[in-house]
Amino acid sequence: MSTDVRGFFAGVGERWRGLPKWQRMSGFAAFIAVLYYLPLLGIPGLMWLRTDSIEGGNNWAGVLFTCAIYVLIAIGLNVVIGLAGLLDLGYVGFFALGAYSVALFGSTQSPVVKALQEKFDLSQEWAVAWAICIPIALAITMISGVILGWPTLRLRGDYLAIVTLGFGEIIRIVIRNGKEWSGGPSGVAAIPGPQGPPAPDNKIFGLLDIKPWYWLALSIVLVVVFLVRRLENSRVGRAWLAVREDEDAAAVMGVYPFKFKLWAFAIGAALGGLSGFLYASRGGFIEPNQFNAQLSILFVAMVVVGGSGNMAGVALGAFLLAYLPERFRDFAEWRFLVFGLALVIVMLLRPQGLIPSRRRARELKDRQEEVAPHVAANRT
Amino acid sequence: MNFDELFGHLGQHTVDGLSKGAIYALVALGYTLVYGVLKLINFAHSEVFMVGTFAVVGTWSLLGATNDPGLGMMIVFLLAGLVGGALASGATAVAVERIAYKRLREMNAPPLIFLITAIGLSLVLSESFGLWQGRLIVGMPAVLPQSTAFTIGDTKVSNTQLVIVISALVMMAALDQFINRTRYGRGVRAVAQNPDTAALMGVNKDRVIMLIFLLGGLLAGAAALLYCLRYGNTRFNVGFLLGLKAFTAAVLGGIGNLRGALLGGLLLGVVEVYAATLTTSNWEDVAAFVVLVVVLLFRPTGLLGESLGRARA
Repeated sequence: MSTDVRGFFAGVGERWRGLPKWQRMSGFAAFIAVLYYLPLLGIPGLMWLRTDSIEGGNNWAGVLFTCAIYVLIAIGLNVVIGLAGLLDLGYVGFFALGAYSVALFGSTQSPVVKALQEKFDLSQEWAVAWAICIPIALAITMISGVILGWPTLRLRGDYLAIVTLGFGEIIRIVIRNGKEWSGGPSGVAAIPGPQGPPAPDNKIFGLLDIKPWYWLALSIVLVVVFLVRRLENSRVGRAWLAVREDEDAAAVMGVYPFKFKLWAFAIGAALGGLSGFLYASRGGFIEPNQFNAQLSILFVAMVVVGGSGNMAGVALGAFLLAYLPERFRDFAEWRFLVFGLALVIVMLLRPQGLIPSRRRARELKDRQEEVAPHVAANRT
Repeated sequence: MNFDELFGHLGQHTVDGLSKGAIYALVALGYTLVYGVLKLINFAHSEVFMVGTFAVVGTWSLLGATNDPGLGMMIVFLLAGLVGGALASGATAVAVERIAYKRLREMNAPPLIFLITAIGLSLVLSESFGLWQGRLIVGMPAVLPQSTAFTIGDTKVSNTQLVIVISALVMMAALDQFINRTRYGRGVRAVAQNPDTAALMGVNKDRVIMLIFLLGGLLAGAAALLYCLRYGNTRFNVGFLLGLKAFTAAVLGGIGNLRGALLGGLLLGVVEVYAATLTTSNWEDVAAFVVLVVVLLFRPTGLLGESLGRARA
């Protein structure tokens, strides 16, 4: 990227931050309105954006729903990678746990619900209500985040990466092998939505019209963005930043790194679980092989390509990585190749990500300057 | 828990495990070399191995290899496969370094950036082979047909297992000697210990880095040949799980430590086979990771510690 283009982008950021608050707020409001309008998109010149404008393209609202889920994942993973600086390659494990919490407690066909029916002499239609499954999913994923983090967060960064990668695989394999309680490889069907189990008379959250699902996911994303934003600027957020930049210095200043890392892990896990929850209740059916390690890697790529540490960046990264493969289905065979190439090129040309966090970009630049004298010395 | 089966045929399962682990160990050496010098996980190494397996298949079909070709031709095919696999993997590894890492190293980018670039490059490699060779399992002639080489008690050791374990050990010993005794090896250790001081002492850092990628690639190519002998097929995504296991093996033994990679690889192979025997083969991957976590909890630097940089590796 040439320097004037870079300068132009930096200029846009500066101008935006220089605007009065009410103008920024109305800008945000307009942007959110556009997001809510997106599934109805029918502006003549922009129809090519829709994924169903190509042959064999997927339902446009469905793709938007996937994008929203991915954005939620990216925001959760950004807490772990971008804010606390921990590399988690097993994030799909939490996604799977969230999905399986609603499947196992909410579906009338799950072995867990059947066992409960038998034990407490309940009717065949009984299952835990959808709304109650939300806190269950959050609790399960959060606890599993702590269980994973407790032994592993004392390890160094690279080891953490491999152990978490292993964790993601273990979750998938354990679910696949646990035929008696998880349905095993055949998965769980009849996962409920906000209106109860999937049925033809579900007027709003049905199987055919996905727009309400998108609006639901988008609303949750917006709430989460607001909450994480508050968290970022709180004492906890500053502690994460300190731990990320220099763990020893942070410890000397009275920030106990382990505690805050564990918090980051638990919060990130809960957000991953929440998106898994939405994914499962929209799909109505899940099976263990949907949660493979490649998906984890895709999640990390979303965060890093978008610009880790910056919520707008990771959201953009998630949107692009979910949307582009759907829009360019014509190249179905080629799209992962192109995706890999794009990852390499973006990282080589713009290692700080598409929309970097200003602070992270500065850290990166510092590192570059640190090494500059040696590079010069090697060249002479 | 099927303890009878495990202890009844302990020797047999150990031999199976060792031959499985020897392949892990050879691939693990590639991770360990790069990690020892650059402190980064070369995620694309798994695809370097994958390229090697396809190179072996390609070499064999070029030479018109058949099932059970007789002793003379068999040796020719094995050597040709070794050379083909090692050269292809070595070239791929060096290309990965040039394309993906060199620029980032000059920028002193954080490890995460290296990781994502490497992930991108692995996707590119495995997808291009998926497009080129098809996404199905690719078979190959059984150049070295399975037969029992000898038996100890009721433990049967097959000829492939013998070839795999012995050649892996020989290559490992050669690498160990190379790193510890030669001038180039001294350069590698110097850069691992302190890159700046090494540069001041006249070691060409870039050349050392090329060398370790080349060595890792050559060993991955050799591992690819052994893999082909053991399993008799390959696939465009064969690298992913094997790479993951090999990296686990490297961490288990102490990443950056050559002998650790050997120990970790063999141990991992044995643990997997034992676990598969005790339960079902569905659980072997879980066992591998559980062992890794437990070892790291009690010995955070792996079994033998991290030591490529120490004077005596």
